[in-house]
Amino acid sequence: MDFEWHLFVDSLPSLLHGARTTVALAAAAAVFGLIIGVSLALLHATAFPPLVWLVTGWTTLMRSLPLLVTLLFLYYGLPSIGILLSAVTVAIIAMAITTGAFVTEIMRAGIESIDRGQIRAAKSLGMSWVQSMRLVVLPQAFRRVLPPLTNEAITLLKNTALVSVIAIPDLLRAGTDIMTWKANTFSPFAGVALVYLCLTLPLVALNAYLEQGIKRSQR
Amino acid sequence: MTDTPIKIRNLYKSYGSNEVLRGIDLDVQRGEVVCVIGPSGSGKSTLLHCINGLEAFDSGEIVFCSEYVGWGRESGGGRARVSERAMTKLRQRIGMVFQQFNLFPHMTVLDNITVAPIQVLGEERNNAIERARALLSKVGLAHKADAFPSQLSGGQQQRVAIARALAMQPEAMLFDEATSALDPELVGEVLGVMRHLADEGMTMVVVTHEIGFARDVADRIVFMDQGVVVEQGPPNDILTMPTNPRTREFLTRSLGA
Repeated sequence: MDFEWHLFVDSLPSLLHGARTTVALAAAAAVFGLIIGVSLALLHATAFPPLVWLVTGWTTLMRSLPLLVTLLFLYYGLPSIGILLSAVTVAIIAMAITTGAFVTEIMRAGIESIDRGQIRAAKSLGMSWVQSMRLVVLPQAFRRVLPPLTNEAITLLKNTALVSVIAIPDLLRAGTDIMTWKANTFSPFAGVALVYLCLTLPLVALNAYLEQGIKRSQR
Repeated sequence: MTDTPIKIRNLYKSYGSNEVLRGIDLDVQRGEVVCVIGPSGSGKSTLLHCINGLEAFDSGEIVFCSEYVGWGRESGGGRARVSERAMTKLRQRIGMVFQQFNLFPHMTVLDNITVAPIQVLGEERNNAIERARALLSKVGLAHKADAFPSQLSGGQQQRVAIARALAMQPEAMLFDEATSALDPELVGEVLGVMRHLADEGMTMVVVTHEIGFARDVADRIVFMDQGVVVEQGPPNDILTMPTNPRTREFLTRSLGA
């Protein structure tokens, strides 16, 4: 099967349309994943044993399950207990809780990397635990974990390709549709790969830039 | 206002099987400067951390300005833990300066000093900034208000840390080996600020290795060893005619005589 230049070019508009869905899904999942991750990391930071166990158990579970399994479980499993959710809702939930588990681990490590002296100083100034987290620990932890967070964003963006299995018209699905109609795999998939690259490369560059920034500030 | 802001009675603390404090009694009068000296591992720093509740203790009691720290007495005579809320309130009234400065690296010098007055005391922003600037000139760093801690020398950082603690207008200041992490040539500028503070009548508990500072500034020197107060008294008595052999031995070693 040959590469057909005109088919490649013709497929680009519908691929870009699919890419919009991909980006929107990834963005929504990133926002919710970040909220979940920061919240769970803070619950973990309370050092209150039941909360710590709960958070550790949940993140271990969600980091161990393949996203595809979570996706299919929610999509095909939930209706059998009477919960009907749209494919897009299921996709966002599945990706948010999966990425949220990884963000939890990243944030937890970030929070724990902040020198104990910082918390002591905050406490000695009369700050409550919440104030010391909000004003002293989290701002520093965020700066430190920005590179791994961008890495997680790259993973998330690529993982959105899995939602095509529950019939969401994302970038990959747009490619497979063209492949089916035009009976040509090479040309549309070259386009799919190209568009994914265009989406992820800026994040890869951002990641590299932030890593450098951290190295600079440590000199 | 009591005349004895800090009262410590029969204080015990251990880390596992290691007894760090073994029955400390100590009163600090208003305006008094008490220097605590002693070999490392004698429990001096732990004692300081107990006073503002950064460390929990096992038994005994600490009263700061008529308020229990850590553990209080119930009306029935039992012991009750002081709530975290009450401890947070209490810490607003005690300033602390750490060996490692512990400035907030993501804030400018000015923000380091104003963050607690604004966020904790609810002070008006312009007010807090004005006072912060006054405190900065007092410690000789008015020109560094917009610098970040990483741009300052250790001595400058420690002076900012002192200003930060003073911004809360504390009733007493605790210094935990404030000059131990400094290069020798930077020690003087920090001790100078502390001396000035003492002259102004601040109540101070100073854990230090600077025997010269203790001699010149302290109203009273407390010598601690192995978790107990071995000997205490006016600097002249303790430094020139210590009665306890352990004090004598320590002084001989630290003065390099």
